[in-house]
Amino acid sequence: MAKGKAPRATGGSGKAQRGDNTRRLTDLYRTMVRIRAFEEAALAAHKAGEMPGPLHVSLGQEGVAAGVCASLRKDDRLTSNHRGHGHAIAKGADPRRMFLELLGRDGGYCRGKGGSMHIADFSVGMLGANGVVGGGIPIAVGAAQGLKLLKSDAIAVCMFGDGAANRGPFLEGLNWAALYRLPVLFVCEDNGVAAFTAAESVTAGPGISERAASLGVPSTKVDGNDVVAVDEMVSGLAREVRSGGGPRLLHARTYRWTGHTSTDAAAWRDPKEVEAAKARCPIARLASTLAAQGVGAGELDAMRSAAEREMMEARVAARSAPFPGLEVAFDDVQDSGAVGGA
Amino acid sequence: MARTSLIEAGRLAALQEMRRDPRIWVLGEDVARGGLWGQYRGFLDEFGPERVVSTTISESTIMGAGLGAALVGTRPIIEMRIFDFVMCAMDELANQIAKVRYMFGGQARPAVVVRMPHGMWRNSAAQHSQMLEAWFAHLPGVVVVAPSSPADEAGLLVSAIRSDDPVLFFDPKDLWQVEGDIPDGEIAPIPFGKARLLSEGRAATLVTWSAMVPKAQSAVRTLAAKGLAVDLIDLRSIWPWDEDAVAQSVARTRRLLVVHEAVEVGGFGAEIVARMIDRLGPSAIDVARRLGAPRIPIPFSPPLETAVRVTEDKIVRAVEAMCR
Repeated sequence: MAKGKAPRATGGSGKAQRGDNTRRLTDLYRTMVRIRAFEEAALAAHKAGEMPGPLHVSLGQEGVAAGVCASLRKDDRLTSNHRGHGHAIAKGADPRRMFLELLGRDGGYCRGKGGSMHIADFSVGMLGANGVVGGGIPIAVGAAQGLKLLKSDAIAVCMFGDGAANRGPFLEGLNWAALYRLPVLFVCEDNGVAAFTAAESVTAGPGISERAASLGVPSTKVDGNDVVAVDEMVSGLAREVRSGGGPRLLHARTYRWTGHTSTDAAAWRDPKEVEAAKARCPIARLASTLAAQGVGAGELDAMRSAAEREMMEARVAARSAPFPGLEVAFDDVQDSGAVGGA
Repeated sequence: MARTSLIEAGRLAALQEMRRDPRIWVLGEDVARGGLWGQYRGFLDEFGPERVVSTTISESTIMGAGLGAALVGTRPIIEMRIFDFVMCAMDELANQIAKVRYMFGGQARPAVVVRMPHGMWRNSAAQHSQMLEAWFAHLPGVVVVAPSSPADEAGLLVSAIRSDDPVLFFDPKDLWQVEGDIPDGEIAPIPFGKARLLSEGRAATLVTWSAMVPKAQSAVRTLAAKGLAVDLIDLRSIWPWDEDAVAQSVARTRRLLVVHEAVEVGGFGAEIVARMIDRLGPSAIDVARRLGAPRIPIPFSPPLETAVRVTEDKIVRAVEAMCR
């Protein structure tokens, strides 16, 4: 994961600085194309009948995941939501183990017991995607409280959507984090739609940032499709949170290109809206920036091809992997009072 | 042996464990002031505000933050103040705490204790009196503990705090002031799933837990005076529960009565009766019954509340009826 000083969107003046900047932007690009390639492979696997269960993808939202995680350390903890593949990849999870999990195979992150909605990799601080909207908010707040109690300088980051901001845990969790000045960064990844319902049609008041500010959580808005801006913001916010400044909220506006799940054609919205959003693709946008900095199209294409190859290989490997032994269904319930089976 | 109240026994157990392990902390409403009931009296002075965290009335976050803190390696005691308020935190308990270990393939160990003082208590009406332990026995992923004596409150709480499983600890609030002996020196853990045999007899097997235990003990004395000697079993935990102890007794007495304060319909007594019939076979049992509350909310007015309580007298009559 890229670390260090955040780049400036316009690039630096000195040659060395420009080099660092370009490297960081290239890393962001790689993360985004890997997320895109993973989810495209997952969609293909689902369509081909290889992947059971629901699939929620985040096509078009990659800038938020990549930009947020670029400034995080491995030991920073992140809670995610049902649309969390991008968060997991950006936090450092292994796409091969993710794909195994998507297909319910042996060797998957959750040993086939979680699936797409519950990807977790505790070894990289990814505390789990969550099937309940807003479910990650209290968990992130508690992780931050625990880290503080352990005198760690790691921070917690909570990824949630616009829908979660209308659930009770949003109010409780932000109030709580502000009261105890906890090291948590809340990121509202606002893709404009809560399942099938336009977020603005169900969200009263001036907005999510304003709600946070009213609870004493300083908040910032950013264009979530501008990964460079997200990265720059989070670099500063993470530093403030890490240095004991208390919680922060970043409201990142983005757009979900697809329906709620892979089987939802999103016929409930105007296709023109989607086309307009695609014109604001975070990946294409960063490609232009990189081109202006002298990164050739060939290099960008190579990164994209490498990502597609990586994810195709992950898909193929998962497809040919065995299912877990049936005894796995019965383990990891609890130690005391466990029941046998299989 | 030292004579102490049940609430003090629990206080001493938590105190002992928090002294032993700095990763243990407690969060909940008013805990820095000693808790609603005084079960954390003196903790703030000894452990400071980082480990004795008085919270807002935000049950979802009390529960969920406890989980998050457990996921980074601390061991929270989550205080719910009164059991009924856990309904405000059911997502965090049932969908999150009970699921994370399994759902994440064993990566997570949510080592939390959720303390929930429960049951009827001095005319507190429908939202401060419930016994819904059967809901949680039905929920995979959690341990359900329901002590009835000071020694068990202490020893089971030590086990709960040391357990890597999430433990739902039902403090019997009607018994807070009941006195009993606890061992001198270090409080030893009492294992889950080991029942206590409180009296022996061949007439019937009486199985109960929590606040029903002292009532059942009184009933047993009355029955003995009438010539009916019964096995009285305090389960102490209902998940896991001591199936062997109950089966051994029922195999001998052939008569089983399960008594619980909770509503009889769908209560944990039904599970016990069904398991015994499965395990011993219907021919080994002459009669198996449950005695619980009617399926109505708990009323406020003292005579109304008394009318729906399971009383010593009702237990006596139920045993007599099945021994006829």
